Parts: sequence; structure tokens; C-alpha cells
Amino acid sequence: MTETQADVEAVAPAASGPPPVPAIELDGVVKEYLAHGEVVQAVKGVTLTIAEGEFFSLLGPSGCGKTTTMRMIAGFEDPSRGTVRLHGQDVTDVPPNKRDVNMVFQSYALFPHMNVWENVAFGLRRKKVPDAEIKRRVGEMLEIVDLGGREKRRPREMSGGQQQRVALARALVNRPRALLLDEPLGALDLKLRQAMQIELKRIQREVGITFVYVTHDQSEALTMSDRIAVMNDGLVEQLASPREIYERPATAFVAGFIGTSNLISGTVDRVEDGCAVLRLGDDGRVLTEEGAHRAGDTIAVTVRPEKVMISTDEPAAGLSAVRGTVAEVVYLGLYNSYAVRLPGGTEVTVFQQNALDSTSTAERGDAVWLSWRPQHSYVIGS
Amino acid sequence: MKRFAPYLLILPGGLWLAIFLVVPMVFMASVSTQEGDVVNGFVQTFNLSIYGDVLSQYGTQFLRSAGYGLVATVVSIVLAYPMAYWIAFRGGSRKSTYLLLVLLPFFVSFVLRTVSWKFLLADNGLLLSPLKSLGLVPDDFHVLQTTVAVIGGLVYNYLPFMILPIYVALERVDPRVVEAAQDLYAARRQAFTKVVLPLSLPGVFAGVLMTFVPMTADYVNAEILGGPANTMIGNIIQSRFLVNNDYPSAAALSFALMAAMLIGIFAYARALGTENVLEAAAR
Repeated sequence: MTETQADVEAVAPAASGPPPVPAIELDGVVKEYLAHGEVVQAVKGVTLTIAEGEFFSLLGPSGCGKTTTMRMIAGFEDPSRGTVRLHGQDVTDVPPNKRDVNMVFQSYALFPHMNVWENVAFGLRRKKVPDAEIKRRVGEMLEIVDLGGREKRRPREMSGGQQQRVALARALVNRPRALLLDEPLGALDLKLRQAMQIELKRIQREVGITFVYVTHDQSEALTMSDRIAVMNDGLVEQLASPREIYERPATAFVAGFIGTSNLISGTVDRVEDGCAVLRLGDDGRVLTEEGAHRAGDTIAVTVRPEKVMISTDEPAAGLSAVRGTVAEVVYLGLYNSYAVRLPGGTEVTVFQQNALDSTSTAERGDAVWLSWRPQHSYVIGS
Repeated sequence: MKRFAPYLLILPGGLWLAIFLVVPMVFMASVSTQEGDVVNGFVQTFNLSIYGDVLSQYGTQFLRSAGYGLVATVVSIVLAYPMAYWIAFRGGSRKSTYLLLVLLPFFVSFVLRTVSWKFLLADNGLLLSPLKSLGLVPDDFHVLQTTVAVIGGLVYNYLPFMILPIYVALERVDPRVVEAAQDLYAARRQAFTKVVLPLSLPGVFAGVLMTFVPMTADYVNAEILGGPANTMIGNIIQSRFLVNNDYPSAAALSFALMAAMLIGIFAYARALGTENVLEAAAR
């Protein structure tokens, strides 16, 4: 996977002239602040590049530094060290009002003393755009976010979803080089949030602007992003496409934070055809597709619950196979969730879809075999 | 029972207002139309012409009071706004300390504080005598018994009533809204004039109501810091009541003042109603 990417990067410039200038570049960005006389690092050195037109997410738990990182792109925080570049230009010391990026705030931060139209026109008026053009662009933008006819409303007279769209229109109407969104859907209920996710993606395609999206909601990030930077404790743990982050988590943190994941550690028994095999208990085995480990190493492997099959018969030879006891069965409509306890005490979560013919459900207390293909075992960094 | 609960709750306050506000006002309204003197007693004659008489007799003092109140209010806004702004946005964790400092003078009696200014500003007092001995001001220079002293005293005494409502309004401004303005290309000054200032105007509006009315009706500052040329309408009412025992004209003056003030406030609220102010500011 990494090899293929490197190939593309090496070949593409030769084919299409000079490489395109990235929309946003962070170079070794650090943010320190003083708290009770101690220096605290909110961001401990982030280097990343966001391409033009990309839907890029900063994903992580609260306090991981994702919002601080975004605020440094917007210009509300000065990096303690490092460089912020927008379209190749160093903007590290440029104030927010002179940066060609706009932000959608978490609480929307609409101007409460202005109506919808005035809110949306605010940026264009500051930029001294001619009145006729302001009128046209605000009108068009309100149509795009489906708020035509509500120009005279005050923010407090609108629902959360409508305020959200005003905030979006207020930022997008300026045609910024990049749009920064700080957990913009956090205050909405689930239904509306899902609708807005699709809506946001549609708007992004329509306007073709780079979106930088901060969220702690992994499903939101997976649904919408082209690429995701998973952050933890001020550092980027993994930067990749949603599929790769889900399928091939680089660290135990990413595996645990994105979706449900099982972490199984064991000792490498032997390396077969370049693939490490772990021994688990007396008759358990975990097959992997990696051989960078020697026999005797203790390594950790993750496997997603939906990749694991549950059966009473002993699995075929080419599969990972471990024995366990069903500790819990939860019926979830679309699928059943099993908690299976391995002899060592590790609990493995297994999802089994409720297909038409799946009558053979295991009961609590049953002794079962768990199995999965070698390519679904991911060895987490040593 | 539940239905009556709200009415029961306003009962104590309502009774209080009925006994200590409505009854005295009705009584005073009745006094204002009586005729007579203290020795022979006052008789109700429904003499309304007294209102015209006192207004023509004391028109100068009426106008002077309004002028003093107006100037003192404007000076208060100019002084209070930056202070309130600084406490709200730069006060940090010491906000309550600063607010306490603003309110500290209230722990000393109003009259006492004003009298102390009399000592400070006296012709040979703490301020002027060193200046005079240094020859920085002429020997016959004085501050007391001037308009400046009266307006200064008014501003000093009522300034906290201007600071507090403005502070409350500024404190409620969401810092993210200010950031949003900066994000939308507003420089610091524009972010202030287009967002912070309009959002704090309701506080200024409340501050004006809370200072202009008592300043205009004040008599202590003119009495202690002013001279004969600075007599305000409050001083006239006070002397009519307590010195001349001319209750009807004192009561008539009080009602005339109240009426003028109410009309003024309604006109002010209509012209500068918070909604209108905000509409204008949004442009």
C-alpha cells in the first residue's frame, strides 16, 4: 500500500508538469501554553499536507489537539514553533482577518444582532465587494444551503439545523481557499446530523473548496473524508484514507478509537512462507501476512469483529483459529454481537449478520471456534 | 392552589409597593392641589394652576437639572465603557475583585463621600493649595461652587450604575462571535464597531436609564459642591418642603419632574429602542 502511494507521487508530477501547490501545509507545528506555571503542549509537532479540494478530517478524542491545530490554521492561535503555509505562502504571523480561510464554529457563533442576510453578507462587506455583487452572491449561497426566503430571520428564531446552514453559508459565500469546520454537527440530533453529513458532502462537491473537518465522531469522519488524520495526545497517530484507517490501523490507539476492534497478543511461533504465525493457548493459532518478526517475539494483532466467523466445528487449515466460550450474546437487529472469552481471559467481540439462513446461533456458555483470514490480522506497531 | 401560586408570589411585593409607593403618591398628588399654610392648615381646593405657577417660576432650574443630567450621563458613558470593557475582556480571574473595587465607594455614605470631595476641592484644600503655592493656578482659582464641581460629583457618585450594566452586556458577548468577525475579514476595530459595540448597546441603554434619572433629580451634589448659580430642581423641592413648608408647590414640582422624566424616558426608549439600535448597527 505504502509502496503504491510512493509510486503515484513519483510518477504524477512528470506526467502533469509541476506538482500542484497544496492548500494547507503544517510543518512541525507545536503549540505550548502555560497552565498553573507549567508548560503544557497541546500540539506536540504536527506535520501534514492537505491537497486542494480535499475533504480532510482531524479526528480524535477531546483534548487530543485537533481543535488547537485547526485554530492555528485559522490564525486564532500562534504556533509556538513550526510553520503554517496556505497555498505555499507562510502565514504563520498573519492575523485571521488577512487569511483566505473561513471557519464554521462549533456553536455557530452567528451574529445575534443581525438577520440571516446580514450575517451571510458580513465577510463580503468587510472585503468591500460592490453591493450588487453582494446581493447576488448572498442570494445564490442562501439557495445552495436551502434557506431562500428566510433572509430576514434572526438566528435565535431558527432551529439548530438552520443556524448551522447559516454558519456554513456565511463562511462559503466568501469563496475561501479552504473552509475549516470545528465539530459543526455536534449540537444536532442523530437524524439531522446524518442528513447534514450528506448535505455537507454535496455542498463540498458543488463548490469544490478544500474542507478541513474537526470531529471526535469516527463514523462522521469515515463517511465524509477523503483522508483522515487520527490525533491523540497532540500527535498524528495515522494519516490515511478512511478505508485504510479502518482496515489497517497503524497503532493500538487507532484500532481502538475507530470502530470496535479486538486486540490479541501472543508469541510468534514460526514464520511460514514469510508470514508470522502466533501460538495462542494449546491449540489456537493466529495467521498474519507479515513476516518482519522472529520466532519468540511477543506481538499484538487486531482483528475487526465483522471479520471473525463463529462456528462449532474446527476451522479449515488456512485460517486463524482460536477456541473460546460465549460469554454474552446481544441481539442488535441487523446483527448479533457475541463476546467470546479466550482461554487466556481476553474477550473477543464478534459481529454476525442476521442473514436469512443464520439459524445456527450460539448460546451463552457454548464452546465455539473463532476463525478469520490471515489478511484480516493486523500487526500493531511493535 | 397551583393556579393561584403566581399571584401569591407577587403578593408581598405588590403590598409593599401599594403601601410605600402608591399611597404616598396619591397623598402627594392630593397635597399638590391644596392651599393654605402650616399654621392654619391646608385645604383641598383642587388648585391646578399651581403647576403652571411653579413651572414658570422654576423653569431655569428644570432646564439646568436636565442639562446637568445629560452632560453627566455622557461623561459617565465615556468613562464607564472602557472600564467595563477592560474588566469584561481583560479582567481574567480577577473580574470579581475589580467589580468589588467599583462598588467599594458604596460602603461609605453618599453624603459623606460628597462632603469629602468638598474638603479635597476646597480653595485651600488638598488639591488646590499646593497648586497655588507652586503658582500653577491663579490665587483666585476655585473649583467648588462651579458647574464642573456639581457635574463631577454627579458622575463620581453614579458611575458604578453605568459601569455595571455595560459590564454585564459585554460579559455576555460570546468571544467566538468576535473571532467569527475576525475570521470574516474584520480588523480589530471593525470587530469592535460591528459586533462588540452593537451587542453591548442594551447595557449602555440600561446604564443611561439608571444614571440619568437619579442624576437629574439629585440635590446633594448641588447642595454640597455647587453654589447659588448651580441650584437644581431637587434643591428647590427640598427647600420648599423642609425650609419654607410650602408643601403644595413642593409636591407640584415633584410631580412635574416625574412627568417630564417619564415622557423623556419613553421618547428615549422609542427613539433608541434596543431593536432599532441593533438594526442600525448591523449595517
